[in-house]
Amino acid sequence: MIELAGIHKSFGSNHVLRGVDLKVKKGESVVVIGGSGSGKSVILKHIIGLLKPDSGKVFIDSTDLSGLDEDGLSNIRKKFGMLFQSAALFDSMRVWENVGFGLLRHSEMSNDEVREAASQKLRLVGLAGVEDLMPSELSGGMRKRVGLARAIAMEPEILLYDEPTTGLDPIMADVIDVLIVEMRERLNVTSIAITHDMKSAYKIADRIAMLYNGVIISEGTPDEIKNTADPVVRQFIEGNAEGPITLERI
Amino acid sequence: MFIKFAEMIGRAVKGPLEEVGRLMLLLFSVLRLSLKRPYDVRIVMKQMVEIGINSLPVVLITAVFTGMVLALQSYTGFKRFGAEGLVGSVVALSMTRELGPVLCALIVTGRAGAAMAAELGTMRVTEQIDALETLATNPVKYLVVPRFLSGLIMLPALVIVTDIIGIMGGYFVTVTLLGTSSTSYMNATWDFLEAEDIYNGLIKAAFFGAAFALISCYRGFYTTGGAEGVGKATIGAVVLSSMTILISDYFLSAWLF
Ligand SMILES: Nc1ncnc2c1ncn2[C@@H]1O[C@H](COP(=O)(O)OP(=O)(O)O)[C@@H](O)[C@H]1O
Ligand SMILES: [Mg+2]
Repeated sequence: MIELAGIHKSFGSNHVLRGVDLKVKKGESVVVIGGSGSGKSVILKHIIGLLKPDSGKVFIDSTDLSGLDEDGLSNIRKKFGMLFQSAALFDSMRVWENVGFGLLRHSEMSNDEVREAASQKLRLVGLAGVEDLMPSELSGGMRKRVGLARAIAMEPEILLYDEPTTGLDPIMADVIDVLIVEMRERLNVTSIAITHDMKSAYKIADRIAMLYNGVIISEGTPDEIKNTADPVVRQFIEGNAEGPITLERI
Repeated sequence: MFIKFAEMIGRAVKGPLEEVGRLMLLLFSVLRLSLKRPYDVRIVMKQMVEIGINSLPVVLITAVFTGMVLALQSYTGFKRFGAEGLVGSVVALSMTRELGPVLCALIVTGRAGAAMAAELGTMRVTEQIDALETLATNPVKYLVVPRFLSGLIMLPALVIVTDIIGIMGGYFVTVTLLGTSSTSYMNATWDFLEAEDIYNGLIKAAFFGAAFALISCYRGFYTTGGAEGVGKATIGAVVLSSMTILISDYFLSAWLF
């Protein structure tokens, strides 16, 4: 289980998170929606301990992250896989080394075994024959899928997806959505995804939460969100320029 | 008036002091993590090749021409008071004690230090360093420790080469071009050269190697502000490392020799 309790985070004078509360049950898939720059990526980085809250606490399976030392944090991170918004592939390594990075470092598997495991994950995300390419040789969509393969390579309990479908063509986006749903159904992973893409959100979410002005202003099942009366949420999911959300606030 | 002045000094000093503090913190984690298992031997080797072998061509050229010009200049000068027999000693002492370590460190900083800052800076702004952490890998241990150790080990190694090649360059100019006898050059070289000159030169080299690697990694590791930030980090790494080398050279020389 993942719990964020009263998270505040500022960068200089930019008060990004202003008391975020969010609970995610084991095996649940939660999608966080919100405008660009509203702090969605910052939330994910708090969950995996890349950023420390100014105040508030993050609990992973009831362990308080702030109480952990370096090794403790490193151990808890082995439960996670994370797909970065820009994939964040290691550009000095081949695709298979990227996907197999965790296995190369944290398992006793031989290089050949890791390569085979990496190929298998790559096939899962619809890529074949790219093992020996460098990340710079891949298209944006391929990079994202390699990033996804890397995130699932260690078969983590918790998956964090930062805009998994942004920048993909609609068909590829749907392939990724199906994959995310499969990951949850087959491996019972807990997942938190961030997206702008409402079609994707409805497809993968058990629950959708909207971040606005540094707090979660609304949460509910996809159906509840679709039929919400909240004007801010309505405006966002319908994608209207007119409404309570003005540009300088997002 | 006085308080204002003190405030001004305080503000001017705060930035650099904070930076020194963060640099020291990085140094402590590097030292602690380099003792911690698992040892990333293969990554260290790769960095040693990067710093050592790949810097060799520029280091060789620098060394041979430095030795040559030293010989030429001291020959011309010493001839005026009939001391041209001491050229070999001047070349040997200058190379081992001073020019070998300093020039080598400056050249390697320009090459390897800039590369370290640019590579780590790019990894920072493209979130590759964050990605390492999410893969339960300590980025200081994985990225900074191997570069630090390679700098520490490879700079003395390069300085040994520089010393030898520099002395050979001096030999070439003095003996081959200016016609001094080979034995008198070699005698002049060995007569005044002590083991201590070489050791202390190598201690300096180790210090410079550790310093440029640490500073360059520090600048790269804490890069902010996208591609522009990477450029700034790279410049900062080279400038700060070079200044540190030149300034600490004086104090190390005063202390060691
Ligand atoms: N490491 C950081 N340093 C300074 N500011 C940051 C940092 N990370 C994020 N921010 C700021 O926090 C805000 C939210 O960023 P982010 O979470 O990336 O937005 P998004 O919701 O689009 O993912 C932005 O204004 C961004 O500039
Ligand atoms: Mg984001």
